[in-house]
Amino acid sequence: MTEAVEQHPLSKYLRAAMMPHIWCSGCGNGIILNAFIQALDELQINLDKLVVVSGIGCIGRAAGYTNVDSFHTTHGRPIAFATGVKLANPELEVVVISGDGDLFAIGGNHFIHAARRNIGIKVICANNFNYGMTGGQVGPTTPLEAFTTTTPYGNIEHPFNLVHLAAAAGATYVARWTTLHVRMLTMSIKKLLQRKGFSFIEVISPCPEIYGRRNRMRTGLEMMEWFKKTAVIANFSDPAKAEINLERIVVGEFVDVQKPTYEELLHNKMAQIMKEGEEG
Amino acid sequence: MTGEKTVLTGVHFMSGDIACAEGAIAAGCRFFAGYPITPATEIAEHIAARMPKIGGIYIQMEDEIASIAAVIGASYAGLKAMTATSGPGFSLMQENIGLAAMTEAPCVIVDVMRGGPSTGQPTLPGQQDVMQAKWGSHGDYEIIALAPSSAQEMFDLTIEAFNLAETYRVPTLVMADEVVAHMWEKVVIPPAEEIRIVNRKKPDMPPEKYMPFMPDDDLVPPMACFGEGFRFHATGLTHDEYGYPRTQSSEAQMRLVQRLCDKIRKNADKIIRVEEQMLDDAEIVVFAYGIVARAALSAVKKARQQGIKAGLVRPITLWPFPEKHVARAAEKAKAIIVPEMNCGQMVREVERAAKGTHVYHIPKLGEEPHTPMEILEFIRRHSK
Repeated sequence: MTEAVEQHPLSKYLRAAMMPHIWCSGCGNGIILNAFIQALDELQINLDKLVVVSGIGCIGRAAGYTNVDSFHTTHGRPIAFATGVKLANPELEVVVISGDGDLFAIGGNHFIHAARRNIGIKVICANNFNYGMTGGQVGPTTPLEAFTTTTPYGNIEHPFNLVHLAAAAGATYVARWTTLHVRMLTMSIKKLLQRKGFSFIEVISPCPEIYGRRNRMRTGLEMMEWFKKTAVIANFSDPAKAEINLERIVVGEFVDVQKPTYEELLHNKMAQIMKEGEEG
Repeated sequence: MTGEKTVLTGVHFMSGDIACAEGAIAAGCRFFAGYPITPATEIAEHIAARMPKIGGIYIQMEDEIASIAAVIGASYAGLKAMTATSGPGFSLMQENIGLAAMTEAPCVIVDVMRGGPSTGQPTLPGQQDVMQAKWGSHGDYEIIALAPSSAQEMFDLTIEAFNLAETYRVPTLVMADEVVAHMWEKVVIPPAEEIRIVNRKKPDMPPEKYMPFMPDDDLVPPMACFGEGFRFHATGLTHDEYGYPRTQSSEAQMRLVQRLCDKIRKNADKIIRVEEQMLDDAEIVVFAYGIVARAALSAVKKARQQGIKAGLVRPITLWPFPEKHVARAAEKAKAIIVPEMNCGQMVREVERAAKGTHVYHIPKLGEEPHTPMEILEFIRRHSK
């Protein structure tokens, strides 16, 4: 006879005091958080040396829900904050979990510069195509012609292709999945956590309550069916051609390269300067 | 480690900006993130040259918002951290100065004031950011701000700023001006062991008992840092003593924000430093800070030579405002004169504290600070 399990095997990764979470039914954020803690568990990451940083928005609460050192920053600044953390203590594993608006509208500049420097922080972006928490306004990833509370006649702004942007800015690991691809996402987060340099995963995430119901997908299930019908895995294809539209969502891993991280270059340079100082 | 000294004990000829950088290093600052802006740039340049030799971090971020955010991150990761900027950059930092106040992140922000508003006069001095220092971010909060008058004080008060930031877990500002930053003067750096260094107090309980925002009697909570095994959460949202969001609780908002203000207000007497000169019988009191205070002291001395009972109140701490010192000086004085390099900012605080004593403002904008003669002229006019 097996003993009754009193606690969920992954409950140690969550802060019970912060539950219940604030996310709507049908939201993909729980799937992303679940994939993240699953990856932590499979890798047996040292939780005392892990820092999770979020910006503002629905997924921004993920930092508080994760039972590790965590910080919920101002809107758009989690990567800049994480840069300070990583440089101050390079032994820490620093993961930013935030949304498309936070990371690519107000925080776009920080994203490209952290990627350019190749600072060893890991970024997971929940992309739900709109500003969910503030009520569903247009964002930098909202598809053309999509309806939001601030595009009542259909969006006329060309959206960012986030994986193309990340690759062009210099990220050393770039992947995109939907919340339907739970196993691939978990595998990808495990890879992300093992990379040294600036690494990025975009997760296409359903927002049925706020985005879906304005765009003919009223339930989480309908949004997941859209992913199922249209997602195409094209590993290591050209990120410039990795489109997201009603007919086709290209997912997979796009970049996986190694190059020296900022903190490696910095510490090498410091060692060299100190050595010259001793000799001089 | 190299033979490179962290504290450059000795007598030097330095600019204020360089003295500020050396003060930071002497105070134990090992993280600097900044973005170039005149007239604060030399602080960054000097730190960029010094930090790698002593095992510290310098990074030039993509903007001022990133700089202050990185500083808060580095502080939470356990280092003493600083940024330096000037008016436009200071404006950009305001939201995250509020974050530092809300999450009680010890850090130092140097604002070398130039003429504003907007791009204004990048190479000329001003004292136009002193109200922004107090009220720049949204919401109620308290910071500490110090105003150096010399290159020596750029060194001394930068150390003091770190000590205050660490003591009260509060962003602490050094409000310099272009003249103090760029002037070259004698700076005496004492032996390392004679420099008073304060480090943030650490929790002495096991992680499961730790509440990151539970204050001690001094209203300041002990600070665990990332990676020390405490596994705590911090947020810019209104939070309880555990650091958990309490965005719908008026009681939590009142308790937290009142404490953030009180930990500075109730400790104000311990924080405030003022230089008082010839106040015993002073009928005309000059209130001046920063570079202007040097001309003011000269004017007061000249007035005394002419038989006028003049005195000087120089706030070294701009915030919290030295209300009692001003009130005390005002009791005996006929008039208080406030020369300031702006159109009227600190003068309003002086008026508030002086309670009925006449307060006269001498505004000055543009190229140079007030001359002693300009201030003397005012003293003479109001002494009659």
